[in-house]
Amino acid sequence: MRMIKNKAGRLVPLYVNGIKQIPFKGVDKYKPKGRKAAPAIPSCVDFPEAENKLVKNLKKALELSGLKDGMTISTHHHLRNGDMVTNYLFDVIHSMGIKNIRWFPSASFPCHEHLIKYLEDGTIHHIEGSLNGPLGKYASTGKMEGTGVLRSHGGRYQAIQDGEVHIDIAIIAAPSADKFGNANGLYGKSACGGLGFALADSIYADKVIIVTDNLVDFPCVPWQISGNNVDYVVVVDSIGDPAKIVSGTTEITKSPDRLLIAEYVAEFMDAARILKDGFSFQAGAGGTSLAFIPFIKEKMKQKNIKARFVRGGSTKYLVEMLEEGLTDYILDGQTFDLEGVRSMRENPKHIMTSPFTSYNFHGKGNFASMVDAVVLGATEVDLNFNANVVTHSDGMLLHGIGGWQNCLYAGCTILAVPSFRDRIPVIVDEVTTLCGPGDLIDAVITERGIAVNPARKDLIKKVKKSSLPLRSIADIQEEVYEICGRPAKPKLDKRKVVAVVKWVDGTLLDSVYKAAE
Amino acid sequence: MYGDEIEKLIRTISSFYELTGAEIEIEDYGALPYTIAARFETAYKRIFVHETKEFLLPIKKGLITPTSKDRIRRSRLYLPGNEPKFHINAGLHKPDGIILDLEDSVHPSEKDSARILVRNALRAVNFYGAEKMVRINQLPLGFEDLKSIVPHNVHVILIPKCESKETVIKVNEVINAVKKEKNIRYDIYLMPIIESALGVVNAYEIATASKNICALTIGLEDYTADIGVQRTEAGLESFYARSVIVNAAKAAGVQAIDSVYSDVGNTEGLYKSCLESKALGFEGKGCIHPRQIKITHKAFAPSPPEIEKAKLIVEAFNEARRKSQSVISIGSKMIDPPVVKRALKILESEKQN
Repeated sequence: MRMIKNKAGRLVPLYVNGIKQIPFKGVDKYKPKGRKAAPAIPSCVDFPEAENKLVKNLKKALELSGLKDGMTISTHHHLRNGDMVTNYLFDVIHSMGIKNIRWFPSASFPCHEHLIKYLEDGTIHHIEGSLNGPLGKYASTGKMEGTGVLRSHGGRYQAIQDGEVHIDIAIIAAPSADKFGNANGLYGKSACGGLGFALADSIYADKVIIVTDNLVDFPCVPWQISGNNVDYVVVVDSIGDPAKIVSGTTEITKSPDRLLIAEYVAEFMDAARILKDGFSFQAGAGGTSLAFIPFIKEKMKQKNIKARFVRGGSTKYLVEMLEEGLTDYILDGQTFDLEGVRSMRENPKHIMTSPFTSYNFHGKGNFASMVDAVVLGATEVDLNFNANVVTHSDGMLLHGIGGWQNCLYAGCTILAVPSFRDRIPVIVDEVTTLCGPGDLIDAVITERGIAVNPARKDLIKKVKKSSLPLRSIADIQEEVYEICGRPAKPKLDKRKVVAVVKWVDGTLLDSVYKAAE
Repeated sequence: MYGDEIEKLIRTISSFYELTGAEIEIEDYGALPYTIAARFETAYKRIFVHETKEFLLPIKKGLITPTSKDRIRRSRLYLPGNEPKFHINAGLHKPDGIILDLEDSVHPSEKDSARILVRNALRAVNFYGAEKMVRINQLPLGFEDLKSIVPHNVHVILIPKCESKETVIKVNEVINAVKKEKNIRYDIYLMPIIESALGVVNAYEIATASKNICALTIGLEDYTADIGVQRTEAGLESFYARSVIVNAAKAAGVQAIDSVYSDVGNTEGLYKSCLESKALGFEGKGCIHPRQIKITHKAFAPSPPEIEKAKLIVEAFNEARRKSQSVISIGSKMIDPPVVKRALKILESEKQN
């Protein structure tokens, strides 16, 4: 495999799955030219009388869509680990004897372990999307036929819009839909909140199939997905397992160390003068990115201020903020629990957003860049503040990028991470896989202290008089090495690239190598 | 990531015990070297029961810290002795003291394992300046604990279910013997825990049983069980016992430290309970969760009028010293030395808050 060193100093392949690549050129340095991609022009005369797009089953819909070997099929992760549509879809594709599919999910989950057999028998050629859990392990050990391509949520939209990925057939699981193909995630037994991740697919794919377990009379409102873009509608018994779609009880961590980090995050945001009337922040659904919210709320109440908007990952904690008047709006990219779903259904100030508005590199601006502060996690961060979210220190692919890369553009990007996990240091000399350039990461907050990126002199000036435990990142690393010892280098086979990490602009940021099993 | 290092450690310990030809299986869940060494030593000693040699890793730098009899002890965090995952970051939550517990939080079948782990933890874990305490088991099992931990920089020994001065004296005999044998010079202080009706009756004789007693404390779970009542939020059932403890401690010139507040989720209840303890004369409280520490410190912090008064007293004291006067006074009011000492303590604790 021919490799080239990119601007970040990482070796990346010239070709991936036979397609020529552009190496990373630096943050905001690469701007593609030309016009956006577009699907073929449809005609309404091709659609049946009374616009009834119902077909009897998914196999029929795939046949009518002209499914062939080697096509690109997209699915979406709003049903999260409760998704039953994708597994069923590939059962059907397999039964039709189709091979070499490029699967283009917005994310994958452990429930998709079912698909390993289709990777093995050649039904699926490779995955372009997050490689987590069992699929990550499968790909990491070099078993996938093609090379995985990892993109952020925004990067996925960039690839669709500039034609890098042309979707032949998009399959959109919909908790509610009508026969015309209007669909939303707000109602029905499989309600999941917003369907924003499927929006670009519905517009740019050649064929769009809605799969629902809750067919309602026309019109299905609000139509998060517009029936104008839909070719076929299929009704099944169940699209997902409700208990796994929304956890119902997204709870804040009880770990005292995580809570300490969360407390530092809130104090840091205060010291950095981010907490002022009309500010905004983005929260997630896991670990510390949720746990800092109660600390922030307490400070907001003390200061008698409110946020103009919060972005999420909506959970009951953000919904409480909205309902208590601590924020004017929730701009929701993904709805994590039942309270989030309820709020989006009932509250006009809880707005569904999509990667078009939030993250898109080919947009005329995006929301992620407008947020005052974002709190993110990472598996590793190095002495230059470069960070990794996709692989563990042993080189194994275990997480997707999600919106993480896109969120780095916030006014203040905070990585809230433990200084080590199960003896494995999080602060390393060099990240195993580069996912986010250190230029965009402003502070690393651990339970052992806070390191501000030396390039952010303005930020340092603001926080240095606080009582926060400010340290250099090397100083924290040294202490962790004192506790854990220095870890060995991961055993990677540098001759075999199993996946590549794209930057938000579509250039190649890094390679993921085959790891020892 | 640490496979090679773990193997090296196991080989070192094996050769220390002259163990050869053994098949050793290690499951790695991210334990630190001090834990791996302790677990291996335990496994070895369970097979070779007469083995007495201790495998000690070198003591980590910066871990030998001084303490003093009257240092501030607002909070002391209980850590189950046999759960290393709770040890590592305990000091980050800034308790005044940590207690590595060998008693109630350790299953009877794991006492050997916990003793070795706690010994290693005292030498390997940085508690970031917290006073290092160990709660030993009731005697005679506690004697084994003492032999194991006394040589490894423990600051305070907590004596559970203490009912008489004889227990204190016996504990001290073992401590002194071990200190003599190992040529140890640092002071080790004692904190007897009164947990029974009889203990309450004998509180004063316990508090005065030895010069190295730094504090008297009470364990309310066992005390309420002993007198046959339920522990309540209001705590009326233990009011007498707690008052006796405070009074005995103050009469003996040692600190009075309150029991733990067990409802971890109830931060408001904890704060109220600490204020009440402080009002009764206690100087600190036990904590069973790191999130209780900050609240406890806040509650035991001196109030603004207390701080103002202490500042005036210390100023008068300094003034008198400058003028080489033997009598300290504010206006026409004379100040006794203990009052000055208390004022200095208040200002010190204000600084720590």
